[in-house]
Amino acid sequence: MAEPSALYLILALAAAAVATYVWRALGVALGGRLGATAPVMDWIGCVAYALLAGLILRMILLPAGPLADTPALARVGAAGLAVAVFFATRRNVALGVVAGTTAFTLWLWIGGPVP
Amino acid sequence: MTPSQTPPGPTTPRAALVLGLRESIGLPVAVLAASFLGFGSLVAKTDLPLWLGLASTLTGWALPGQVALVEMAAVGSSVLVIALAVGMVNARLLPMTITLMPLLRAPGTRPWGLYAASHLIAVTSWIGLMQRGHRVPHALRLSYFFGFSLPLWAMSLVATAVGFHLAGAVPSAVSLGLVFLNPLYFLLVMCVDLRRRALLLSLMFGAVLGPLLHLLSPDWGLPATGLVGGTLAWLLARRGPPRDAPGHG
Repeated sequence: MAEPSALYLILALAAAAVATYVWRALGVALGGRLGATAPVMDWIGCVAYALLAGLILRMILLPAGPLADTPALARVGAAGLAVAVFFATRRNVALGVVAGTTAFTLWLWIGGPVP
Repeated sequence: MTPSQTPPGPTTPRAALVLGLRESIGLPVAVLAASFLGFGSLVAKTDLPLWLGLASTLTGWALPGQVALVEMAAVGSSVLVIALAVGMVNARLLPMTITLMPLLRAPGTRPWGLYAASHLIAVTSWIGLMQRGHRVPHALRLSYFFGFSLPLWAMSLVATAVGFHLAGAVPSAVSLGLVFLNPLYFLLVMCVDLRRRALLLSLMFGAVLGPLLHLLSPDWGLPATGLVGGTLAWLLARRGPPRDAPGHG
């Protein structure tokens, strides 16, 4: 992985900060004028959900960062276990996350050191 | 800490602030700490500097967007694409902020206070205020909200730094486990809402399109996934059977 330049990182960071705060400020400005149940809000929710789902599946199936060095079976298996535990425990997020993370860590541990 | 009886509501801004401080300590802080440990580890394992992680938590403080930022900076996405993707994934802050405003805004509340508070709206602080804010007198809720969210924000910064250093100190299996914690957490938090058809469809389209479009274009894949998948899901859900029928899993 090539070392990204500090200027690039600062610009990326600033872009992300603006792209985040703009929604907060808009929410304050619109609060009381536009209902949170307007159809456009549904659309915003759908776009955010689809992007986040895409990001998560990308991190599980085709990771670009540090997870790229881990076996795909470990990632998919741990994610499957997390979802299974979540639904088996009446949608308990914490238990699902703990189960999936622990399984993933143990898998890597037993499978030998990862570069 | 277990409150044995319902205490009388706060009567001064200071008391409201302190009440918020006390109520944020506990599960909300613990959940956030774990998530930001994972974020700090992600930054370290991606070979990005600590200041980037800290500045991101300081200026963004919305974890899905922060993870997207790190993931995209790691592959060298253009700044424009990063802004688009982070903007889309964080667009959910708009409805969240809108729904909090009637709770926070009282006669005489200064606008700058609300604009400052809006920077501290995260899922944790949002739920905290929606669930507990009603017990606090209207004029004092902004103080309560600052009391509740500032420790969460501070803890996130500390956890980012700790996670960053932890990544180099613990075995690789453990630090990679921390990195994997956030995708799993987001995945399950999204599964909580699946009773709503539009969100279920968005999740499905996003899950399929995300990896596919990434193969087509690592740069534009994520924003395209959000726009195409989200819009398709929204259109389909509007045409479908009556939405939000309760009781269906």
